[in-house]
Amino acid sequence: MTKRPTAERVLLTQPAREKFVLEFRGTDSYGWTAASMEKRPKILLLDDDPDVLDTYRDILAQLPSKPEVRTASSGARALALLEAEPFRVFICDLRMPKMDGLQVLSIVRCKHPQLRTVVLTAVADEQFRSRAYALGADLFWQKPSTDDEIRQFMHCLESLLGREDEPGFRGVQSKSLVDIIQLECLSRSFTVLRITNGPLTGRIWINGGDLVDAETNDLQGELAFQRILSWKAGNFEILPAEPERPRTIFKPANALLLEIAQALDESIGGKAVPTNQAPPAESPSLPRATQLAQVPDVEFSLILSADAKASFDSYGLEDPGPKAAWARQTLEAFRALGDQLTAGPLTQMTGLGPQRHLALIPFGSDQLVVGWDSKLSPDEVDENMKKVAALWTS
Amino acid sequence: MDLLRLFRKPILSLQQLPSGSFTVGRDGQVLVSTLASTVSPALLQDIAQAVLAAFRQAADAGVPLSELIVRYSAFKITARELRGGAIVFLAPHSTLMVSPLV
Repeated sequence: MTKRPTAERVLLTQPAREKFVLEFRGTDSYGWTAASMEKRPKILLLDDDPDVLDTYRDILAQLPSKPEVRTASSGARALALLEAEPFRVFICDLRMPKMDGLQVLSIVRCKHPQLRTVVLTAVADEQFRSRAYALGADLFWQKPSTDDEIRQFMHCLESLLGREDEPGFRGVQSKSLVDIIQLECLSRSFTVLRITNGPLTGRIWINGGDLVDAETNDLQGELAFQRILSWKAGNFEILPAEPERPRTIFKPANALLLEIAQALDESIGGKAVPTNQAPPAESPSLPRATQLAQVPDVEFSLILSADAKASFDSYGLEDPGPKAAWARQTLEAFRALGDQLTAGPLTQMTGLGPQRHLALIPFGSDQLVVGWDSKLSPDEVDENMKKVAALWTS
Repeated sequence: MDLLRLFRKPILSLQQLPSGSFTVGRDGQVLVSTLASTVSPALLQDIAQAVLAAFRQAADAGVPLSELIVRYSAFKITARELRGGAIVFLAPHSTLMVSPLV
């Protein structure tokens, strides 16, 4: 674990604090109106150091949105406050006695999934940054040590306070993926967008504002672009540009976006249209276990719902009960272990055996269990599970 | 007063994710470990129990397994079955790493 060479805590001197507050007051680029001011957002600040709490309470109170800042000096106190009243943003230190910040984040993410969380710490270890994001933190900030760093932190925080509670892509949560692509095209960017949705990953290449290529799992070009745009939420990151990328998409981005938007609307509308058919007596996911078996080398598939009492859906198994029970017990045991380790959510479990391989993916409230031919290598199982996940989300 | 403040806050450390390997016997006892001594024995015991139970219950369910890979967002457990016991590899990993795939 490494520490920043500067002071661990930011204890601004009074003149410095006043200088910062005056400068930040002048910033009014967030569109806060008198109406929105009436409903002041609430921030909960957790740190075991009372000096840090005092300092940041004073600074945060001067944000343009005029948030109401509450403080807690222990994880237990913070959790009690979160239970008692609604907050927009929760700011948390990592290194604390008894219950550390990762443990608090883990509980907060389970109990208050809509709450925006920010880690503000002196810890500079990459592992803890990664774990904090894995536990659902929206922002990870090392405690700022200069005026500029504090100002940047405050701008980020103000932006976070202004966001609505809507699903979207982390990083620009008020924008859809279509918005992001349009922005990149309009600004004639050279960039590569890497988008992840659970186990699925896709890339979109934009060169000089032109959409040139897209790729996800086994799809390429327009089909891949269409598949990526069908994802409802996820994470994206901007990778270095690849100007030499061969072009596979020749339609203008706007025309393609329009076509895809229409296709998606029609598919959503199609599902919403009432039919005269009676609802299926079995689980609505029944046909999907069979569909998953379309992927080559699948020997069986099992779809388990979150409710242990619910009937499961299976394909290719004479007696699926014991395997379903094993999958539920094992997933539950390793999920509990993940919580204990504060290592983030369980993303996939793979079992290799002499007769067949197994792979399990928690997917929303469902759990997919797929049996594979034992001749496949672990990497091939992983690749095929991505195809299964793609089929499931489509 | 400032001097006293230096001693007021105890040095706190965050629990690092364990990194290394250990072997566990069929009775669940940890036999050999390359993990740091700071890793809690109780945590190793919990991992060992979960791994052994997964292997045994899989065999009971008709899908005997020789290897189990459990991936979390920031951590990976790889366990290989060893005559009723297991060798377990623990490896933290970063979600910020760029995957060479895709």
